[in-house]
Amino acid sequence: MDSFDNLSASDKAEATELQRMIAIEQQKAQFQAQVHTFTDVCWDKCVDSPGSKLDYRTETCLVSCVERFIDTTLTITNRFTQMVQKGAH
Amino acid sequence: MDGFSSDFSAGGSGGKVDTGTIMEQVKVQIAVANAQELLQRMTDKCFKKCIGKPGSTLDNSEQKCIAMCMDRYMDAWNTVSRTYNSRLQRERARM
Repeated sequence: MDSFDNLSASDKAEATELQRMIAIEQQKAQFQAQVHTFTDVCWDKCVDSPGSKLDYRTETCLVSCVERFIDTTLTITNRFTQMVQKGAH
Repeated sequence: MDGFSSDFSAGGSGGKVDTGTIMEQVKVQIAVANAQELLQRMTDKCFKKCIGKPGSTLDNSEQKCIAMCMDRYMDAWNTVSRTYNSRLQRERARM
């Protein structure tokens, strides 16, 4: 980023602050993207026919679904890491 | 990228581009993309749930089903969002 070096000190500070703020928005966007993925998967698992509201059973299912999906992701990541470390192909 | 330094060199208030405007645009773009994603997935799910054999129009029951489905999908989205957020906070507390 050699154009960054040509900036004055105050402009550098502004550019850095901007980068920081954009990084925060990106993190928020990543969170939203994950919620879309979870909702997609868990809707199929938990909702049969849409009624006038989500009943207790469906709500509980959605909550469990998200938690178990995350647990599954962690399990797979950990086990795969072990497999790679052991030299499995 | 030599337009970059000339845009900033005029300083905060007199510059061609200011931080506030950029952040507004960034937030709007992200919000628009988020809404598009929501609508696309919602349409997919609600079409599957509500439309059996596609007829020549959407009849009344199909319209009602779509409306309910949309509301339930957004309820589900909110539940998932809360659950995920709680989980993240729990994981952070453990670190």
